[in-house]
Amino acid sequence: MNGWMQHLIIAPIILPLLVSAVMLALDERRRVLKRVLSLSTAATLIAISAALLWMVTHSATTGAEGPDAVSKPFVYLLGNWAAPFGIVLVVDRLSALMLLLTNVLGFTSLFYALARWDRSGPRFHPLFLLLLMGVNGAFLTGDIFNLFVFFEVLLAASYGLVLHGSGTERTSASLHYITINVATSMLFLIGVAMLYAATGTLNMADIADRSVGLPLDDIILFEGGAAILGVAFLVKAGIWPLSFWLPRTYAAAVPPVAALFAIMSKVGIYVILRLSSLFFGETSNRIAGFADNWLIYAGFATIIYGTVGILSARQLTRIAGHYVLVSSGTLLAAIGIGGQAVTAALLFYLVSSTLSVSALYLIIEPVERNADEEDIIAGIAEPVFDDEYVGGQVEEEEDEIGVVIPGTIAILGGGFIFCALLLSGLPPLSGFIAKFAIFDALFKMTIIPTTSWIMVALIIISGLATLVAMTRAGIDLLWTPAEDAPAHLSVIEVVPIGLLLGVCLTLMTMAGPVMAYMEDTAASLQTSARYMNAVVNAPRTGQADAPSAHSPAGGNIAPPANDGVVIP
Amino acid sequence: MEIVLSLAIGILTASGLWLLFRPRTFQLLLGLALLSYAVNLFILASGRLRTDAPAIIGKTGTPDPSLYADPLPQALVLTAIVISFATTALLLVVVMASRGLTGTDHVDGEEDGQ
Repeated sequence: MNGWMQHLIIAPIILPLLVSAVMLALDERRRVLKRVLSLSTAATLIAISAALLWMVTHSATTGAEGPDAVSKPFVYLLGNWAAPFGIVLVVDRLSALMLLLTNVLGFTSLFYALARWDRSGPRFHPLFLLLLMGVNGAFLTGDIFNLFVFFEVLLAASYGLVLHGSGTERTSASLHYITINVATSMLFLIGVAMLYAATGTLNMADIADRSVGLPLDDIILFEGGAAILGVAFLVKAGIWPLSFWLPRTYAAAVPPVAALFAIMSKVGIYVILRLSSLFFGETSNRIAGFADNWLIYAGFATIIYGTVGILSARQLTRIAGHYVLVSSGTLLAAIGIGGQAVTAALLFYLVSSTLSVSALYLIIEPVERNADEEDIIAGIAEPVFDDEYVGGQVEEEEDEIGVVIPGTIAILGGGFIFCALLLSGLPPLSGFIAKFAIFDALFKMTIIPTTSWIMVALIIISGLATLVAMTRAGIDLLWTPAEDAPAHLSVIEVVPIGLLLGVCLTLMTMAGPVMAYMEDTAASLQTSARYMNAVVNAPRTGQADAPSAHSPAGGNIAPPANDGVVIP
Repeated sequence: MEIVLSLAIGILTASGLWLLFRPRTFQLLLGLALLSYAVNLFILASGRLRTDAPAIIGKTGTPDPSLYADPLPQALVLTAIVISFATTALLLVVVMASRGLTGTDHVDGEEDGQ
């Protein structure tokens, strides 16, 4: 078998870790080198995740022997320990999709940060890459305690990034942010401990496998543990009433960081989707559909809270923060409703809404640059501590690689309208396709329950509210004639926004193939037995009698021996 | 043994939660520290309580698992201790910065009624 393709699975974790370790050793003044290093790392990460995505889809088409050979997860045994004893990394369609989304956001945000934001505090690039590492690891891991560790990695990096740029508002917001997350980590640990006490294992697939035959006492423990664990992820996703920290923190962070944070709430969504498909899928008879109703109603409440927040927000960053909540609420309610068609639609919505809210966070700052300064948090504040970095702090305008584009307002306005259409879900952009797919899936059921009608109504109302708020903000910020000269807009800022909106355009034009991928992903989530078998039966390398269904001849892209495809 | 451990977890959690809801940042820090102690004890309990049992199995013979303590929760506790120690230290720095910037040790950065 071809070894290097197999090790590609761990590359999204190892690469940013190594590069950020090297950058920590470099002097803070070697900015150009750091920029080149981190930007090329982010670009490589996109390539790696694209390769993983290709591997996962490719394995489905070559190994197909029927309609049920939809997805074949690749399993990577860390330290070559067999599955329940060692930690495993698993790439399936869902993980590959989330990895690609993360790293696209990582690249664009990092590119945008080069305009000036990476200079407003020390060690921006290592922290940024460590955040990417944590998010990638959380998407890859198949072990629940390892998931905790990756959550802590991404949280620790995010604490540093929220504080990036310093200032009273950021410090105050991050005090709340850190406290909430440390307390949530306690819930995470309690949940993990209870699941371990009930099942005696930490491997997600193994937990799902053993949960089927649990005695009644242990089932109560298991459900309690899963519920507490779920609350921990719901806090990350920003569910009402555990979401008051989210808009404020995201508004306080510098724009590129906020743009990357758009993926962080989706990490919570991902874990809930993954664990509910594994633990409470159709095969787990007695506990199937656990807490689905809670997810639906809490999701509705979150949409309502987010919508009210959007309408009452007076700053664009707050609108964006509340839109993140609306998006989380929609996704959670859709997970609660469940079913293959709804899951496929919600995945499309996840990708589209994450990309567009990230683009919005990037475009807010240039748009608001013309506006009155009073409500806007200063980009670069005075240092808090007298450390080594005082010298290089404030150098905003003079060496900005910027040109005064005559049509600055035209570009900004165009991008802003684009964002508004995407976020509110108006045709013809991908936001509309995503919402339409959700409606279509909801109305496909033979009996349409009341919750589906409420869901449709809430999605439409939240879209209307977004449109109203965005129109109001757009009129205020772009139509009002500015007294000053038109704002400087650097090319470095235009490119990432354009990239993100371009990806959204691609989503629109390629909606057919993308939706087909989402449907296959949803189908593989429905049949969790495949995932479980792949993990539990993953053979260790170096074992001659590896129970592989087809031993690859080697040389080409045939999956390595530990693809674990055998289904009894 | 069980009653001692449950009492310890309960008292630590109760005190930690009470402190967590107090308005001063120092109380907040101590509350989180107490909570993390409680959680660490709780993780230890998830491997079932045993006294006088080693966690490491010797090389000779076929071991009888019932004579040994579960080593996994102990490893988890070690990880949890390190992580909560680090985040508490970070939080302490943020608390100091907040105190320096706002001039108050209230968690909201301003005194009530201002």
